[in-house]
Amino acid sequence: MSESPLRRVVLVDDHQMFRTGVKAELGGSVEIVGEAGDVDEAVAVIRATTPDVVLLDVHLPGGGGIEVLRRLTGSVPSRFLALSVSDAAEDVIGVVRGGARGYVTKTISGPELTDAIDRVAEGDAVFSPRLAGFVLDAFAASDVPSVDPELDQITQRERDVLRLIARGYAYKEIAKELFISVKTVETHVSSVLRKLQLSNRHELSRWAAARRLV
Amino acid sequence: MTIGDVGERDETGKAPPEAGRARLERARRGRLVAGVCRGLADHLGIDVLVVRGAFVLLTVASGIGVAAYGAFWVLVGSTPPPDAVAGESAADPPRRDWRQLLAYTAVAAGLSMLTWGAGFAEAALWPFVAGAIGAAILWQQADRDQRERWVLPLRQRWWRTLLGLLLVVGGTGGFVVRNVDAAQARSVVIAMLVIATGVAVIVTPWAVRLWQDLEAERNERVRSQERAELAAHIHDSVLHTLTLIQRNAQDTAEVQRLARSQERTLRAWLYQPKPEEGGTFASVVKDVTGEVEDAHGVQIEVVVVGDCPLDDRVGAIVQAAREAMVNAAKYSGTKSVSVFAEVEGDEVTIFVRDRGKGFDLEGVPADRMGVRGSIIGRMERNGGTATVRTAPGEGTEVRLEITRQ
Repeated sequence: MSESPLRRVVLVDDHQMFRTGVKAELGGSVEIVGEAGDVDEAVAVIRATTPDVVLLDVHLPGGGGIEVLRRLTGSVPSRFLALSVSDAAEDVIGVVRGGARGYVTKTISGPELTDAIDRVAEGDAVFSPRLAGFVLDAFAASDVPSVDPELDQITQRERDVLRLIARGYAYKEIAKELFISVKTVETHVSSVLRKLQLSNRHELSRWAAARRLV
Repeated sequence: MTIGDVGERDETGKAPPEAGRARLERARRGRLVAGVCRGLADHLGIDVLVVRGAFVLLTVASGIGVAAYGAFWVLVGSTPPPDAVAGESAADPPRRDWRQLLAYTAVAAGLSMLTWGAGFAEAALWPFVAGAIGAAILWQQADRDQRERWVLPLRQRWWRTLLGLLLVVGGTGGFVVRNVDAAQARSVVIAMLVIATGVAVIVTPWAVRLWQDLEAERNERVRSQERAELAAHIHDSVLHTLTLIQRNAQDTAEVQRLARSQERTLRAWLYQPKPEEGGTFASVVKDVTGEVEDAHGVQIEVVVVGDCPLDDRVGAIVQAAREAMVNAAKYSGTKSVSVFAEVEGDEVTIFVRDRGKGFDLEGVPADRMGVRGSIIGRMERNGGTATVRTAPGEGTEVRLEITRQ
């Protein structure tokens, strides 16, 4: 996407083997400026290097990715992309509500990950098909009166976009399918992210137990 | 004051490995002080009550009981500690029931007093002995009952102990009052109370420490059980798969299949609270996806939104989706497939998409059953629709829709 300077990335994951793998996958497409294996290390490294993007594992010794987000909120300009093998909804929703701008699974390919890093660095949101599925589930039409309709419901258009993401479409393909621009797709996804982070829909706060995961 | 103050607890020292069943060892299980009596009873094959009674009588009669006990304690090794992980869950951890000990102590103390104390009528002795033995047996009964429900809170046990103490003291006091005259009775009761208080003072710190040890042991046991369960699961699944992977290292497809199937199993075990019985739409879609992944060596990313119970139509759409996945796996030329399944009200929709080479729908020979028969035909027979969107080089997406019954 961007030809200009490489994205500066910090990699946070407690498995050395996985960090090595991600570095290999990313190759020279980003600049890895730091690595960390637990919460304390991560906070220190991110403070010291203020990277563009932090690839943040959901499960970390010392409180998990959500703890890193909590400690750094507002104090660094870096953006966070959650990376996880976890299928557990509460983990995913937790880090997104904690401030991560997206969630991808660890099976993501190198080019896709580079793309996701670019997108997050530019302030957009990145939804994996699975996260889109979670959101559709959480915002499923219900009769529960919402406190704040602006935040507690997603629009039909946003729903359409999420469905296409869940079907495995890339943003470009979604744009083509819905006859809108890629930028508009990104706007929709960011809007959903905002709702996901701010809405108080009770499904979001206590839904994981009631719903099947994946 | 005979056995109770002999010592606190034995060292959990190393003992020679178990050689034979009837070997003379200080028992760890069911011991009161150091396991000497229990060990002797096991060794001699007699009731532990008899051995303990003998020690009590020996102590009361001449004090030699204490000496003998001490000698056994020093000279006889204790049984080795049970293996924590392999230990059967039903087994009691080594512990002492200090209330039983208290009963024996009370009996011994009472007997000593009667033997050595001055001024008791000969006739008072035997009812008192009988009363004490009765009390001991009662204590033991209460203890067995207690053993079954020994998880009861500490406080409750303290209350029971207190009650038991009062009963023993009151009972013996009653005997004395009935059998001796009032002046003597009073002094006896006071002596009893003093002894009981003394025993309590000596025993309490020890008992508290025992309790703490016991709690620690119990927690450790729970933890080790969890570890054992986890270890068993990892062994049955992950280690087994890793072995298979090593054996099939040259066969990339097989290695991938093994890894994927293991991943799925592990995920289900870790993240799914409990397997849904009977099967619902969501669980069946995931099962089918797993089967196709295993059978055809592709990776299928499946997202399911909403859920509903199974009926004929829901079953049909899942089968059609399965066929679409198989087609994608076989003919698309790509190794990754996306499946999105959604239940919204009565509408059930499944998308199966690949980014493979696609094909010319018109060019499919009429005898190719896959698309026409298994997918489109099946959907139409069940009142649903199937749409195939494809073009050479564009990948394929099969869209299946049906309304629930």
